[in-house]
Amino acid sequence: MALVALKNVTKTYPAPEKGGREVVAVDDVTLDIEPGDVYGIIGYSGAGKSTLVRLVNALEPASSGSIEFDGRELTGLPERELRKVRLGIGMIFQQFNLFTSKTVQGNIAYPLKVAGWSKAEIAPRVAELLEFVGLSDKAKSYPEQLSGGQKQRVGIARALATSPRLLLADEATSALDPETTQEVLELLKRVNREFGVTIVVITHEMDVIQSIATKVAVMDGGRVIENGDVFEVFSAPQNTSSQRFVSTVVKGVPSPAELAVLRERHEGRIVTISFRDGDASQAQVFLELARAGLDFELVYGGINDIQGRAFGHLTLAIRGEDAATDAALASIAARVEVTEAA
Amino acid sequence: MDRLFELGSEFWVAAYETLYMVALTLLIGGAIGLLLGVVLYSTRPGSLLPNRAVFNVLNVVINFFRPIPFIIFLAAVQPFARYVIGVGIGNDALVFSLSIAASFAISRIVEQNLITVSPGAIEAARAMGAGPVRILRTVVIPEALGPLILGYTFIVVAIVDMTAMAGFIGGGGLGNFALVYGYRQFEPAITWAALLLIVIFVQALQFFGNWLARKVLRR
Repeated sequence: MALVALKNVTKTYPAPEKGGREVVAVDDVTLDIEPGDVYGIIGYSGAGKSTLVRLVNALEPASSGSIEFDGRELTGLPERELRKVRLGIGMIFQQFNLFTSKTVQGNIAYPLKVAGWSKAEIAPRVAELLEFVGLSDKAKSYPEQLSGGQKQRVGIARALATSPRLLLADEATSALDPETTQEVLELLKRVNREFGVTIVVITHEMDVIQSIATKVAVMDGGRVIENGDVFEVFSAPQNTSSQRFVSTVVKGVPSPAELAVLRERHEGRIVTISFRDGDASQAQVFLELARAGLDFELVYGGINDIQGRAFGHLTLAIRGEDAATDAALASIAARVEVTEAA
Repeated sequence: MDRLFELGSEFWVAAYETLYMVALTLLIGGAIGLLLGVVLYSTRPGSLLPNRAVFNVLNVVINFFRPIPFIIFLAAVQPFARYVIGVGIGNDALVFSLSIAASFAISRIVEQNLITVSPGAIEAARAMGAGPVRILRTVVIPEALGPLILGYTFIVVAIVDMTAMAGFIGGGGLGNFALVYGYRQFEPAITWAALLLIVIFVQALQFFGNWLARKVLRR
């Protein structure tokens, strides 16, 4: 059973000005998030992803549709009940949102106090969480004394305090430098692996999805326009918006402008060969070209690893007799996808 | 100057009266003002406990009373003071009126400082399952504590200023002392002595407020 099941969920806001049109932030979204998933939601700003995640922990009420968490329908629940539900859902934020008036341990203890834990139960739990995020020596520091990465680690410890089954990460690494981003992503991976916490990651950065997500949904204009396994979406994006996101981390088929540059610098025919896990290996393809007596060089592209599976697009400049080239390409095309630049 | 020594004990009594009026007003007006300010903050549209009716009524009431010059307010509230605390003149009647005036002013200062609390911190607390009253008590007020202390310091200086009008309704204090024994008896030294002590009070309060706010803000 899905941990989170969204069915035809829509969220509209009243028109910003009188007489204007109402704003549809989330438009008819249906999505299942299974226990153990690291579910990435990617989209440009304004695509509705932050609103979507706030519907899951009911910080915002949905306008229509059904939202189930752990088999329980959230829409229509009274606020008092929703607060109990939120105790079982952790959340981390782009700006960390730590309480500046409280120490690190005070921040982490806060949700435990809300949950009604006694002082005697809170202290060891806070110590355990600090140990997990590697900040035991910062227990009595205040947030302003911490670096961005440390702040987010406190945010993660605080979000995990009540042992939630679901963690919502709203652009959790967008305010961090690349190195710190990797640290925080590694920590989130551990959270998923060691505690079995299901994670929903909202981001506009495809490399975040690439490094931790198992599934991905692409949002545009409030709708989920494509979703599924990360490998599937990355290796064969169906939609132009998805393709654009994928192209930020994967060098695919060269664009017309890139092609013009390649043509200027390389003689011969420009051909892109797309490999996917399970297709013919590169060795087989290169052997085929060599056997046909063709002279070729790699001019563009790369191979990517997603969740331990490889795929990629390699663009070659091939020089040789036209007939021999055609024959070789036809034979390769039987096994892998071949695109020749016009 | 000789005259000041003659009046010595009365001077110190006046000083004590000023402190008494300031402290009691700060206590009563401060508490009511905090409450009103929190209600203003939390009932505004989009806040933790939005309630348009409560917000609008309170807003209008505060805006009605705030611009009234205190010396007129003092006279106007006198019958009400007589009804509530049983006396319409003297230091206690001044504290009564001043507490009302101060609580309206303080409510605005409290409201303004609470608005500066990061919406993110409030959202984080909501995401952790905290209810609105708990958030006000354990997040909003603590997060705004530094600026709140500075706001209260600002207002306490204004309260010292307004206690000088106590003489108008038969009260005492340093303001009254300066007028009665200094100004009206052509003794500028006495006026200045009272004035200097008031300045010392204000400086001490400002210093203490700044120190406390720095401590809370850890700067």
